[in-house]
Amino acid sequence: MQTIDWKKYIFVLFITAAIFFTAISFSTYLSNKRVEEIRSVQEQISLDILSSEVQTALLEQFSCKDVSGTALSRELGALGEKLSFAEESRNADDPEVLTLKKTYSLLEIKDYLLMNRVREKCGTQNVFIVYFYGKDCDECRRQGLVLTKLREDYPELRVYSFDYNLDVAAIATLVSINKIENTLPALLIDENVYYDFQSIENIEEIIPQLKVWKEQKEKEKQAIEANVESAPEVNGQQEIAQ
Amino acid sequence: MFNDISQTIIYISLFFSLYFEVFLLITYFEKRPLLRQESIQQDLARFPTVTVIVPCFNEETTIPKTIFSLLRLDYPKDKLDIIIVDDGSVDGTLRALHRFKNNSRVRVYSKPNGGKHTALNYGLQYVESELVGCLDADSFVEPGTLKTILKYFNDSETMAVTPAVRVYKPRTVIELIQKVEYTWGIFYRKMLHFLGAIFVTPGPFTIYRTEVFRKIGDYRHAHLTEDLELALRMQTNRLKIVNAHNAYVHTVVPKTLRSLYKQRLRWTYGFLNNSLDYKFLIFNKRYGNIGFYVLPMAIISIFSSILLLLILTSTNIARAYDGLIKFITVGPDLGFSFDWFFVHTSPSLFLTVFSVGLIVSILVLARRMTEGRFHFSLDLFYFLFLYGLIVPFWISHALFNTVFSRKTTWR
Repeated sequence: MQTIDWKKYIFVLFITAAIFFTAISFSTYLSNKRVEEIRSVQEQISLDILSSEVQTALLEQFSCKDVSGTALSRELGALGEKLSFAEESRNADDPEVLTLKKTYSLLEIKDYLLMNRVREKCGTQNVFIVYFYGKDCDECRRQGLVLTKLREDYPELRVYSFDYNLDVAAIATLVSINKIENTLPALLIDENVYYDFQSIENIEEIIPQLKVWKEQKEKEKQAIEANVESAPEVNGQQEIAQ
Repeated sequence: MFNDISQTIIYISLFFSLYFEVFLLITYFEKRPLLRQESIQQDLARFPTVTVIVPCFNEETTIPKTIFSLLRLDYPKDKLDIIIVDDGSVDGTLRALHRFKNNSRVRVYSKPNGGKHTALNYGLQYVESELVGCLDADSFVEPGTLKTILKYFNDSETMAVTPAVRVYKPRTVIELIQKVEYTWGIFYRKMLHFLGAIFVTPGPFTIYRTEVFRKIGDYRHAHLTEDLELALRMQTNRLKIVNAHNAYVHTVVPKTLRSLYKQRLRWTYGFLNNSLDYKFLIFNKRYGNIGFYVLPMAIISIFSSILLLLILTSTNIARAYDGLIKFITVGPDLGFSFDWFFVHTSPSLFLTVFSVGLIVSILVLARRMTEGRFHFSLDLFYFLFLYGLIVPFWISHALFNTVFSRKTTWR
C-alpha cells in the first residue's frame, strides 16, 4: 500500500491542461488564418469588381469583346464554399464570419448588377441564377448541391446565393423588387421566381443556354478526341460567341 | 442541443484519457531506474514450499500441457506440490488426468461442479505449504517463471505476486488484437505495481502467501471474477500485491469474436459489480492510488467508451445520410480536389491525435518491455483500429446486465 503522491496528481493535471490549452490555441490560430484567407480573397474580388465597374463606365468607347469577367464568377463561387465551411466549423453566430458573409452578399449583388449591365449593352449570353436559401430548410441543402454541381459543369453560369434572413438592406431590397416570398428554396431566373426544389434537369429545361453549352462542350471533346488540329480554332470561335 | 452535449462528452472523455495516459507515462519515467534494477537476475536465498492449484472444468485439450509445464518448472521437486481439482467436467478431462495418476508430484481431486471458486477453495484445504498459487487449466508457465516470481517474496511485506500474462500462439485477428492488449496489460500492471494499486490477481499463476487465505478467507463467487475480488479484498486489508513483469505465463485466449465477447462480458460485469461491492475504496485516501486513480479511471472509461461509440455512430450515420442525399441529388462525385482550407481543425481533432499518439508510445514502451525491442507488426494496427470499436458492445451489455441484475454465465 502506497501513500498518494498528490504532487504527481497536480503535475499531471497541469500537463493535461497545457495539452488542452495548446490544442485550443492552435485550432483558434488556424481558424483565424482561414478567416484571413477569406478576407483577402474578398478584398481581391472587390478590387476586381471595382475595375470591372470602371471598365463598364468606359464601355461606350470599348468594344464588347474586351469585357472579361468569367473568371470572377468562379472565384465568387469558390469563396462561397469556403465561407459556408467556415460557418460550419466556427460558430454560425461568430461576428467575424457574419461580417464576411454580409460583405460576400454585397459583392455578389455588385457583380450581379454589373453583369446585367454588360448583358444589356453587349447582348451577351450570360445566364444568372439568383438563389435564396435559409436555415432549417432541408430542401435548401439539396438545392445547394444541385447549384454547385451546375457551376462545376458550366463555369459560365453565374450563381448568386443569398441567405434570405441575413440582415443586409440590399438583400431585403432585392427580395422586395422581385417579390420573393419566404418559401425557400427560391430561385430567380430571368425575372421568373421558382419555389421548391429544382433538379438539374429542371434547371437545364428552364435555361436553354445550358444545353447549347453542353453541345458545344461535347463537340469540343469530339474534336479533341479526333485529334483534329483545328481544335484551337473551335475555342477561338467560342470566345467570340460569348 | 445534441451537438453541445456530444461536444461536452467528447472533451470530458478526452481530458480523462489524456490524464490517464500522462499519469501512466510519468510513472514509467519516474520508476524506470527501479524497473532496470528489478530486471537484474539474482538467485533465490532459499526455496520456500509452494503448492499450485489447477482448477479445471472441461479442459481436456489443454490440461495435460498445463501440468507438463508445471512439472518442467525449474524448482526443487520436493518443494513443489501440484493439486488438480476437477470441477465435475463432463468431457474427457478426467481421462486426460488419468495419465498423471502415478505421478507422485501431482494430486488429482474430483468434485461435483460448483464453479471455479469452489474448485480453488477445495484445493486450498489441502495446502500446507508456505506459498500457494493457482494456474488456470488453459495456461502454461515457462521453466523460470516460478523462481522469478519468488524473488519478490524476499520482501516480507509482499503477500501476493502477479505474473506477466501473454497470449499463447496468437494466429487469428481476434487473438492478435488480444496479444497487443495483453502487452499493454503487462505494462499497465507494472505501473500499478509501482503505484501500489494492483486490482486483479490473475487466474494464471498468481502466487500468494498461504496466510492470506487464513487471514481474509477463501475465494468467493464474486460475480464470476474471483481473481478481481480477491485482489480488492487484499487491498482493503492492506495486503501488499506486487507484479513480476518478467515472469511469463502463456494463456490460451478466445479465438472467435463470439467467445471473446462472452469472456469480456463476464469480466466487465464482474468489474462493475465488484466495484459496486467495494465502492468504499473509491476516493478513499486510506487506500491510496487504487481509490483515486485506478478505479475512477476504469469506471469513467466504461461510460465514456459507450457514449463515444454512440456519438461516433450517430455522426457517421448522419454523414452517410448526407452522402446518400448528395448522390441522389447530383449523382456520383467523380472529381477529386484537395484544399487545405477544407481540412477540419477543431481542438478535439488535435487532442484525439495526441491521445492516440500517447497510446502508441505506451504500446511501444510496453513492447520494448516484453520483447526487448520494438518492432512494428500488423497486430498493432488491428488493435488501434478494431479494438475500440468492439469494446463498447460488451461494456454496454455488462452495464445493462448490472443495472437490471441479470446473471452472466461462463460460456
